[in-house]
Amino acid sequence: MDAIILQFLNGVDKGAAYALIALGLTLIFGTLGVVNFAHGALFMLGAFCAVTTNTLLTLSQKVKDPSITFFEAYIDQPYLVTWYGDFGQTIINWSVPISLLLAIPVMFLIGTALERGLIRHFYNRPHADQILVTFGLAIVLGEIARTFYGANPLPQPTPEFFRGQVPIGAPFGLDISYPAWRLMYFVVGIAVMFGVFALLQFTRFGMVVRAGMQDRSMVQLLGINIQARFTLIFGLAAAIAGIAGALYTPTLPPNYEMGMEFLVISFVVVVVGGMGSLGGAVLAGFMLGVLEAIVALPAISDIIPGINQVIIYAVAVVVLLTRPRGLMGRKGVMED
Amino acid sequence: MRSTDYLMILIFAAVMLTMPLWGPLIDAGYPDIMQRFAVFGLIAVGFNLLFGLTGYLSFGHAAFLGVGSYTAVWSFKLFTMDVIPAIIASTIMGGVVALILGFVALRRSGIYFSILTLAFAQMMYSLAYSVLTPLTNGETGLQLALDDPRIIDRAMGINPESGLPSTSFLGFGVTSGDNNLLGYWICAVIAILGFYIALRINRSSFGIMLRGIKSNQTRMSYTGLSARPYLITVFVISGMYAGLAGGLLAAVDPLAGAERMYWTASGEIVLMTILGGVGTMFGPILGAGIIKWLEAKLSTFNESVVEHALAFLPDSIEHSISVVVSKFVGEGWHLSLGIIFMLIVIFLPGGVMEGLQRLTRLVGFGKKHSQGDAAVRAPAE
Repeated sequence: MDAIILQFLNGVDKGAAYALIALGLTLIFGTLGVVNFAHGALFMLGAFCAVTTNTLLTLSQKVKDPSITFFEAYIDQPYLVTWYGDFGQTIINWSVPISLLLAIPVMFLIGTALERGLIRHFYNRPHADQILVTFGLAIVLGEIARTFYGANPLPQPTPEFFRGQVPIGAPFGLDISYPAWRLMYFVVGIAVMFGVFALLQFTRFGMVVRAGMQDRSMVQLLGINIQARFTLIFGLAAAIAGIAGALYTPTLPPNYEMGMEFLVISFVVVVVGGMGSLGGAVLAGFMLGVLEAIVALPAISDIIPGINQVIIYAVAVVVLLTRPRGLMGRKGVMED
Repeated sequence: MRSTDYLMILIFAAVMLTMPLWGPLIDAGYPDIMQRFAVFGLIAVGFNLLFGLTGYLSFGHAAFLGVGSYTAVWSFKLFTMDVIPAIIASTIMGGVVALILGFVALRRSGIYFSILTLAFAQMMYSLAYSVLTPLTNGETGLQLALDDPRIIDRAMGINPESGLPSTSFLGFGVTSGDNNLLGYWICAVIAILGFYIALRINRSSFGIMLRGIKSNQTRMSYTGLSARPYLITVFVISGMYAGLAGGLLAAVDPLAGAERMYWTASGEIVLMTILGGVGTMFGPILGAGIIKWLEAKLSTFNESVVEHALAFLPDSIEHSISVVVSKFVGEGWHLSLGIIFMLIVIFLPGGVMEGLQRLTRLVGFGKKHSQGDAAVRAPAE
């Protein structure tokens, strides 16, 4: 029983990452009508924002190693430690959360720049062309990341504060503990999702965007510059992918190929959830994440080996065959 | 078939069969790269039948390629080192897998189809690494072994004197000997056959149906035609091309690895077709040739080669330029590939073929040539 709950939590954690990426994908689908194969690459760039922050914070100088007295030995000491001592060490330790300060604006800028410079010219081209150009973009972004950061995964530190286990089962009398950082990831993921929903549901901006999703030309006829809003939405989606990527680095050391692995599954998530449905994307993200984790339990994977590799795709096939619009898909969105 | 079609086949056959003569001119005279031209040209032709005619963009073709390779190697291991049964088996297996996938994926069109095929290929890839390890030998890749059964070979008393056997074609070694071109001839002849069949399909009433699906599926169903049988048929044919290509890859180099099924491999097939010119007959082959040539050339470059090439420049400039250039060659050649591809999709959706066409029009002999080109380009409409 404990194992099941633990696997469930693992699934929820991974599901949060899927859901965040799928949320951005769906936002872009729903508003711009563009299939963004580069969204996984944006997730990857977010992760490398965390790497960059860590690199910047740990810029070092050579100082004499005080612990070795026989000969002159030098160690690398980050400037922050030289300047601020223990406080500097703490800052470095928190590099991943701090990296959000970099990731959010940078990713937002990248997103808007991409929309303005590239995606905009593809609104009226066939979907195949959109897929192709964003696919090319994904290759280019991945290769750029490799040029700067190399091909090896770069592990990032978990902040000391989140390093322990949280006895999450204690209130229910269960002996279950779970890594604090992953719990944090889940909480942040939920917060971001609620933030997006609140933005769309309760603000004037969100109202206009929702109207634009329903009927773009009508909104334009009413004299609203829907294009400008959609550009912001693309930036927002990129920023969400950036947050998801940056915070995922302590769990999974980033490398330049990670984007595509997540992208494929996120697409499945979007399709299962229903194209253009934000709620569907979140629901399906968590559902598939949990399902993937549960079937990886020895009890199940011993009976059907490899089921954890296939389950997501199998579910996608079943859903698409029985409910072609996905779980919560709306009529008329991306029907072709 | 129009008269220009026979001309096209003749041109293609001539180009393929004389490649050992003109290959050295572009530094591609050795069997390995010429085989790649032929094999990937073949798979691009097959992919083009699907995407060029029906507009269904499959991101899973590498799965068929991988299945073809595995099948061929198993045929070598279990039965005989002769390539004929191997490539027949791999063609059939490519078709079977395509039938299974097509049955599911073709229920949806547009982006859903692309996503489903992509997901399926990824699933096959991860299965090849995990559960199917007994069949695929996991990360090591499927290889020949000394104690393989090779039932037919042993029954006929064919056994290598020492070491691993090599593939053969009716008793002639495909890979043995230096600069042995037999492997290339097999690939080239099959590529020509594949090209001919693709052209026949293109010109047949079946091909017209497929184009009807692309231009207006709704209207087609209003006239009482179901698109689905046509789609499944062409998808299976396309999968058979890919399976055959995978079998040929194994025939000239008898090992198969799961990395052949990775999404980048599927992407590469798409890249070739788009780069050359989707919907045209020569485009995909041209694209395959360009990409494979660039891969062979650019990926072997490294910083010192670049510096050598730029040696005529002053040192300070030379260094900074070579640092920049070296990012685009060698290991980073995918970056160049991605950029070229994006530029093509953005500015030249018809690929190199459209570029050539524009060029000929620009140079001036517009009228005369545009008619000849119209025949070549007709499938794009």
